[in-house]
Amino acid sequence: MSRPTTETGAAAAQRRPRPQDPGPLHRARVRARTWLPGLLMVCPSILLIGVFVYGMIGWNTRLALSDQHAPIQDGSFVGLTNFIELWQESRWPAAVGNAVVFTVVFVGGALVLGWFLGLMLDKGLRGEAVFRTLFLAPMAVSFIATGVVWRWLMNPAPAERATGLNALFVQFELDFLVNDWWTAPNMGMAAMALPAVWQLSGYIMALFLAGFRGVPEELREAARVDGCSEWGVYRHVIMPQLRPVTLSAVIILGHMSLKVFDLIIAIAGQQIVADVPAVYMWQAVFEVRDPAKGATIASYLLIAVAVFVVPYLVWTIRKERSEGR
Amino acid sequence: MRTRWTQVTAAVLAATLLASGCGGDGGDGTEVEVFSWWTGGGEEAGLEALIERFEEDNPDVDFVNAAVAGGSGTNAQAVLEGRLQSQDPPDSFQGHAGAELQDYIEAGYLQPLDDFFAEQGLQEAMPDQLTEQITYDGSVYSVPVNIHRSNVMWFNPGLLEEAGVESAPQTLDELLEALEAVEAETDAIPMAVGAQWTVDHLLESVLLSSLGTDAYNQLWEPGANWDTPEVTEALEAFEQIMEYTQEESAAEDWQEASRRVSEGEAAFNIMGDWAAGYFDELGATAGEDYDWAPSPGTDGTYMWLSDSFTLPEGAPNEEQAMAWLELVSSAEGQDMFNPVKGSVPARDDTDPAEYEDSPYLSEALAEWQDDPELAGSFWHGVTVGNRWKNDIDTAVGLYLGDGDLDTLQGSLHEAAQAE
Repeated sequence: MSRPTTETGAAAAQRRPRPQDPGPLHRARVRARTWLPGLLMVCPSILLIGVFVYGMIGWNTRLALSDQHAPIQDGSFVGLTNFIELWQESRWPAAVGNAVVFTVVFVGGALVLGWFLGLMLDKGLRGEAVFRTLFLAPMAVSFIATGVVWRWLMNPAPAERATGLNALFVQFELDFLVNDWWTAPNMGMAAMALPAVWQLSGYIMALFLAGFRGVPEELREAARVDGCSEWGVYRHVIMPQLRPVTLSAVIILGHMSLKVFDLIIAIAGQQIVADVPAVYMWQAVFEVRDPAKGATIASYLLIAVAVFVVPYLVWTIRKERSEGR
Repeated sequence: MRTRWTQVTAAVLAATLLASGCGGDGGDGTEVEVFSWWTGGGEEAGLEALIERFEEDNPDVDFVNAAVAGGSGTNAQAVLEGRLQSQDPPDSFQGHAGAELQDYIEAGYLQPLDDFFAEQGLQEAMPDQLTEQITYDGSVYSVPVNIHRSNVMWFNPGLLEEAGVESAPQTLDELLEALEAVEAETDAIPMAVGAQWTVDHLLESVLLSSLGTDAYNQLWEPGANWDTPEVTEALEAFEQIMEYTQEESAAEDWQEASRRVSEGEAAFNIMGDWAAGYFDELGATAGEDYDWAPSPGTDGTYMWLSDSFTLPEGAPNEEQAMAWLELVSSAEGQDMFNPVKGSVPARDDTDPAEYEDSPYLSEALAEWQDDPELAGSFWHGVTVGNRWKNDIDTAVGLYLGDGDLDTLQGSLHEAAQAE
């Protein structure tokens, strides 16, 4: 009985591949099975990002360093000439100044307002869910739509022809509040930031509210037991824990603010009074058709955004590492 | 179920690829692709009329209307730029006649149309000064379809009467007096302007008036001298006029500024003759709600701008494109298009009867055919290329902010030297 069994066993072993010695090729294949699908999955995205983000940044930098001032002409390397010449114009420093005013008012305004709204809701306002939705709703609107509405609200007509907010001021006999809004030279960009503050403060509120809620009740209790006032609880216990939230908020707002284009176009169109680098870049590329100049402005924008984003990335990576993720 | 979806997706992808592959070539003479930014109002209606006629004459050719929406073609030009650079030109595209096409010509995107002009007798059919002003390095590169006038002053007759101004001002001094009277006697805005570009538009009329046609035309020679007392004088007049404009102008476009005139909120507005079509749309009555005259001091000069069609280098269906150009340059084609678009034909031998319905157009056509002097509009791309135009626009924008007339003149001079 045992013989035939061994015989069939041997025959079977001859027919089947031998499992005890899979060969180097097979081993590699097994190993590949663990990393290859993952790589294949991210491959298209690596390729696309490589070409369309980093490749394009490289292309843009090459253009910015060249003297290709017409679409068809070949450029040669001129170093940082374009970057320096931009500052000798009167338009560029004005556009940068406008962007700075806009950024300061927008980031500051949205932070303070968002923080305040978050605080209100955290203190247990009745109908919190309704208010939360209400404050977040502007987020769903595009900058273009916001701009069209605020263009009307911020109509700079004087008291006798006032419309929009100015008309409201006149109605309540607050004539001293009637103003030029965004059409005022120099500080007009502060008014331009109002719609952006309106739109984004709800989002900042949500960030802060989540932050407030993330602070364990025990910590607050402990502070209160130690005789801390309610304001003191926020000032000394909660806010220090919200630094990460504040930082993310500043970064999100800051990079949006530097790139702002659609809001400006919807409210002011292409006018020097509301000129910002992104609008200037658009004109340089599509109207003047000066690729080198457009690329130079784009490079400055990239650098400005990087100033905001890179420290954030470094900080996140460090934090993730320290948390052992 | 999953396999079914995969199959469907694959089929759709394949179809898309096939379709995009087909779109690329063509060039077998069964279609003609014409690119423009005529997508609304009278412009679109005029284009439709031309297309209908083209399809009747050429039953074997499919007309592909590649129109891109967006005011005065800025979006369209961005799209076009990409197509020209990637050597995928349409068979013909719209462009403002004159220096605005200069970039395309220098880049070698356009074919000269001198032979076409000779064959069709267009040199004779169009005013000499017009063909001269669209000639670049001895050749013409586009076929003008229509002529708009930039130097038109629109005014509200009722307000003028209220202010005691008896007739439309004929000179800049008279205009300033009238503006003063309106300000003193009425509650209306003396001179309505809109966003920055409408100020550029006002500036060109003031320059033309103050300098005269010849000196104005000489301003656009590369390297022209803008640092003269004559230009200073013109700019001073410009500054004085600007003092009578409304504070909120930056928040308005030309439509609001023109509407203020027909609705009695403003006395004067200097805007191109497309405003006539807008007044019709508003239901305003010529002679009552609004009236017009050449911008003060520019009578007898037609400051023109023109839409024209081109023949790109490497057009896939050249023969069909020529048939299109023939249609748009013919007296018949121009009379089909212009009454609807609200402009006058570029030829001066067309039939005035077609324009009788519009009080503005009939008068404008009479003046056009009466051999006026011609000056090209800088803002609308006749006399300056894109870079120069943008430099002027920037200088005017900065002036609106700081009010420094010397800096404005300096920047204008510099812009001319940079060419």
